[in-house]
Amino acid sequence: MKGLLLIFVPVAGAALAAAWPSERTRPWLLPAVGVVHTALAFWLLMHPPVVAPAAWLGFDQLARAVLPVVSLLFLVCAAYAVPYLGLRAERPNRVFVASLLAVLGLMSAAHQARHLGLLWITTEAVTLATVPLLHFNGTPRAFEATWKYLLIGGTGIALSLLGTFCLGYAYILGGGGGDLTFVTLMAHGAALSRPWVLTAWVLLLVGYGTKMGLAPMHTWKPDAYGEAPGIVGAMLAGGVTTVAFAALLRVRAVVDAAGEAAVTSRTLLVIGLFSMLVAAVFLLGTRDFKRMLAYSSVEQMGILASGAAFGATGVWAVLFHVWNNSLTKGALFLSAGTIRRAAGARTSEEVRGMSAITPQSAAIFVAGMLAISACPPFGPFFSELRVLRAAFETGHGAAAGMFLGCLLFAFFGMTRLVLSIVDGRPRGGVRNARRRIRETAGVVAPPLVLLGLSLWLGLATPETLRDAWAAAVAQLSPAP
Amino acid sequence: MSSSVNLLIGLAMGLNLLALGSSRMPSVIRIVAAQGVALGLIPFFMEDRFGWLVALVAAGTVAVKGLVIPNLLHRAMRTAKIDREIEPSIGFVPSMLLGAGGTMAAVDGAQLLPLLSEHAGTLLVPGALASIFTGFILLIGRVTAISQVCGYLILDNGIYLIGLLLIHSTPLLVESGILLDLTVAVFVIGIIMDRIQRAFDSLDTRKLTVLRE
Repeated sequence: MKGLLLIFVPVAGAALAAAWPSERTRPWLLPAVGVVHTALAFWLLMHPPVVAPAAWLGFDQLARAVLPVVSLLFLVCAAYAVPYLGLRAERPNRVFVASLLAVLGLMSAAHQARHLGLLWITTEAVTLATVPLLHFNGTPRAFEATWKYLLIGGTGIALSLLGTFCLGYAYILGGGGGDLTFVTLMAHGAALSRPWVLTAWVLLLVGYGTKMGLAPMHTWKPDAYGEAPGIVGAMLAGGVTTVAFAALLRVRAVVDAAGEAAVTSRTLLVIGLFSMLVAAVFLLGTRDFKRMLAYSSVEQMGILASGAAFGATGVWAVLFHVWNNSLTKGALFLSAGTIRRAAGARTSEEVRGMSAITPQSAAIFVAGMLAISACPPFGPFFSELRVLRAAFETGHGAAAGMFLGCLLFAFFGMTRLVLSIVDGRPRGGVRNARRRIRETAGVVAPPLVLLGLSLWLGLATPETLRDAWAAAVAQLSPAP
Repeated sequence: MSSSVNLLIGLAMGLNLLALGSSRMPSVIRIVAAQGVALGLIPFFMEDRFGWLVALVAAGTVAVKGLVIPNLLHRAMRTAKIDREIEPSIGFVPSMLLGAGGTMAAVDGAQLLPLLSEHAGTLLVPGALASIFTGFILLIGRVTAISQVCGYLILDNGIYLIGLLLIHSTPLLVESGILLDLTVAVFVIGIIMDRIQRAFDSLDTRKLTVLRE
């Protein structure tokens, strides 16, 4: 029941935001809903409810393992949004605030969807609700990015619908009735029709993989992340991608139950490593620091996909990595947003010496870059270490070598760009910006909190979270 | 029963080729609408016993695919005052040939997938594969936003045909959710097209090239 509140509270908040009369006070709805949502999500994390097996929606173990971090990220982004929307008072924020709240509600629904059809409907709804967020800036470039997001994302989501139907038909062909909940599908795994299951897996991997931003379906990502405001980038990279990844994990459990575990692992490994490779190559070349964050996100998605190929310990490690990725990426996007506003530009040719203009945000940005490229003692280091250990345990030595190589090149690419932005003497025009742009606590504290959480997660991973991830792994791969 | 279903699917497959060969936007929109109506009627003929749930889904599909979405597109086209001629990046004749080849491959390839006895002998799977292929040709081979949306809708019609295999087992809620999502998607696309038109003074997606590596 409380799980449903996670959906209804933000949706009611969205309706309220749409009706709220004052532009100035409307953004406060974001942290208000965020606090309630986070409190609920963490209460449910501590006291997991009993979910009826046949329930279509429920706060089950996988939702418990992932949804709280999305909620936490939203809360921090909401705290950043209040001063941000204050700075951007020239843009009307009614649609923006309402859509952001609707996205939170729909993401909560998608994470809790235990029915094949419902999962697709909620995921598609999340995609549609993010569209108004992407073109908040209203520039021609923002519309171009939105169009690509709609067209590529729409095609991907259409393919996942096709995959959903194929999986449903595999079940009916195996003598099943109309109950398309994941629990039932997994229980009837052996009876599913193999050709349809394999077709479904390919389509769903491509479909939800597009939404995650796995290469080669990642092409919308740099444009969308580059043009959207920092908060939206953070929510896309740390929230929406986790929805698609959790969807893939749920579907994969069914395909595994049908006896095709070797196929799912191999395809996930190949597409994951390919994403990491593509991301590393583009990270070495890009000059735009917001697009850099997008390629880094492609790399993180590659880590998630390939890690999920390394057996149960690998899945545990990537659930850990989901938390680290969401928190660290959030810190990076929020600090990058401040730097971008102060510099008025985004490429390494135009931006220099930001450590002199926005010293605090620049420091957070550098620390976040080190964190996301797996430098100890931040969280991503520990989760990637566990992914590697899982790789060696399952005998994927060569894959582990490639994994490390890609991480190294991505690290080179990111340090090169980040240091060139932060170091040096500021350009003339930008130097005067120091007086205009003051780094208030409102824009510095949120990314700092996220970075601190990432550090804390690495140094002292709470026992509750370890249990939650282990329970989610047990739900996905039940003992025969 | 299966012959009337096959007739409708055959009609839809013919409309695919017609859509690939059309050079004018309004006619492509009309073709997509006609295809939507033809496909929406199929559930009425698939049934021996006539269930009101299925009838509701069918009526909803005809209304959305045949009326609501084409109207949205026509309106988008009018307000954006765009050129009615379609500029292809894959020519009309090559795309028709591609489409015909794809249709033949679909009929052949569909035999690889096992079917329930009640679906054997229908063109559901070949029709679906052919429509999906046609949709992709239109998505890739046309440069204006509206014709790309038409491609997306034909792709979606193909997926709908696969969905018909499940019509007895998926509850009404799922079907209606899917229809609702599609309508909202086209609505959102319409708004974005309007904004693109204002920002770029054209709906030619070839002009959307600022963002690249």
